[in-house]
Amino acid sequence: MSETSLYRVQTQTRASYSAGAVCIALIIVFILLPAFAGRGLIQDLFFIFTMLVLAQFWNLLAGYGGLVSVGQQAFVGMGAYAMFGGVILWGMDPVPAILLGGVAALIVAIPTAFFAFRLQGAYFAIGTWVIAEVMRLLVAQWKVLGGGTGTSLPRTATREMWATEWIQTTFDVRSAAARDILTYWLALALVIMTIAGIYWLLRTKRGLALAAVRDNVEAAKSVGVDAVRMKWLVYLVSAAGTGLTGALIYVQKVRISPDAAFSVTDWTAYVIFIVVIGGIGTIEGPILGVLIFFILQSLLADYGSWYLMVLGLIGIAVMLFAPRGLWGLISEKTGLQLFPVRRRLVVNAQSKTED
Amino acid sequence: MSILSLKNVSKSFGALTVTDDVSFDVEPGQALGIIGPNGAGKSTLFNLITGNLMSDAGTIHFDGADVTHVPPMQRCLSGIGRSFQIPQPFDHLTVFENLLVAATHGQGKSEHEVEQECARILEQTEMADVANDPAGGLRLLQRKRLELARAMATNPKLLLLDEIAGGLTDAECTALIETIKGLHTSGVTIIWIEHVLHALTSVVERLLVLDFGKVIGLGDPDEIMNSREVKEIYLGIEV
Repeated sequence: MSETSLYRVQTQTRASYSAGAVCIALIIVFILLPAFAGRGLIQDLFFIFTMLVLAQFWNLLAGYGGLVSVGQQAFVGMGAYAMFGGVILWGMDPVPAILLGGVAALIVAIPTAFFAFRLQGAYFAIGTWVIAEVMRLLVAQWKVLGGGTGTSLPRTATREMWATEWIQTTFDVRSAAARDILTYWLALALVIMTIAGIYWLLRTKRGLALAAVRDNVEAAKSVGVDAVRMKWLVYLVSAAGTGLTGALIYVQKVRISPDAAFSVTDWTAYVIFIVVIGGIGTIEGPILGVLIFFILQSLLADYGSWYLMVLGLIGIAVMLFAPRGLWGLISEKTGLQLFPVRRRLVVNAQSKTED
Repeated sequence: MSILSLKNVSKSFGALTVTDDVSFDVEPGQALGIIGPNGAGKSTLFNLITGNLMSDAGTIHFDGADVTHVPPMQRCLSGIGRSFQIPQPFDHLTVFENLLVAATHGQGKSEHEVEQECARILEQTEMADVANDPAGGLRLLQRKRLELARAMATNPKLLLLDEIAGGLTDAECTALIETIKGLHTSGVTIIWIEHVLHALTSVVERLLVLDFGKVIGLGDPDEIMNSREVKEIYLGIEV
């Protein structure tokens, strides 16, 4: 170095190195898991992974972009129906048709964003919900895909799905279990790519811009941040990601109906619950949130509407007593950050000895 | 050639004209002070220059280009930096990150290219010790300093300061004046709105007086301060 700098910038913490190592170990365990685990665990993990991806994208939108959407089910539904369309109308294999889901969600996101971005705050939230309802009603008119009652993936398509034959022989399982393993791996891949992608984004200068826009739009514009472009970026990225996830969920579910695929409870209310109790505006929050959500659901699912009321009460309690979520509470008490995005300016201790 | 040129710029909110046919030029490297009573339209004038507000009529030229209809982000890129009258920090980012946003986006550079420069600005504005603190928790003087530091981080040719000395103690004010003088000496063009007149007149070479959105005086600070209109309107003295 020609010039010895007095300062340097640090972005890693000791905890983040350990977290990185634990992540890699976990990923390896998860990849190999179908060899040991039963079908029930694989299905549970599929549910956890897909909800986590939805939660990460909603968190990107609301927690980082400040765009509180109640209409993410629009993209889950569009993604799922595009996948069904690809399989039923064009005879595609369901696995590549998942990509169609991402593309379809992106395509519907562009025109709807023009409407939604004219609205602010609570109006934006309601607007996105209305858009999702309109899409549900439109899709219910699509008679080839079952109209209002819905349809199932053709048996030939599910039986001959990519790689299922190989999984059947390797793990010695039946076709349905092989499909679960395949979708589980795809969900795992989607989780890893989503978290890695969002983490990467937050650590680039666009991540800084996103935080600046969320904190103060006028000031952000005054320091050269393209606030409008940042909004578009997070809206389109989360639409595409949510669409992919929706398609994947329905490859596993096999059966689709407009009411299920565009369900505001399943794809937005639960997702908001996960992000809010876990901790909005952090990557760790949704991870913690989805685990809590899964445990609550396993414990309370038999109690019907009591279950929803308990979820609501817990949500309210967290908002009152830990507004930054449970991860926010943990992070505040311990200073722990597993995915640090802070740029810390530290005095370069070596600068004196080096010259 | 002047770096900033306003010609017949007007802005109304409903029936209220806040900027009324304002024209003036600023030469490169000059420091211009703007004074006027509360509600005279000083901050609105700044918002028109930065593009946070768009003018209803007239033209604004900056650095040889017509920027009348250019959005604020591009005006920042072309070299207009500003501080806000009420500090507007990015609360959840640290002080250092506040500067990083401004430097990377305001200059279109990578984080690595600007980090040493940001550290230097933090030292210059005496903010290095709070570099890693969240900006939302800062005290008033530090917030004011952050406004200045963040504007400096965009590497502006023209720096707009909006009541940066207001509410500070004399000692704090003196320190801030030194920093601003330093910037001025390094060649940055400055337009400064201020009620703390001794701070203002120790830096600026020209003074502009605004009242009810109109320019009612422009020239040498001493002459302006002694003129009849200013004493009457601004200082409220019957002459």
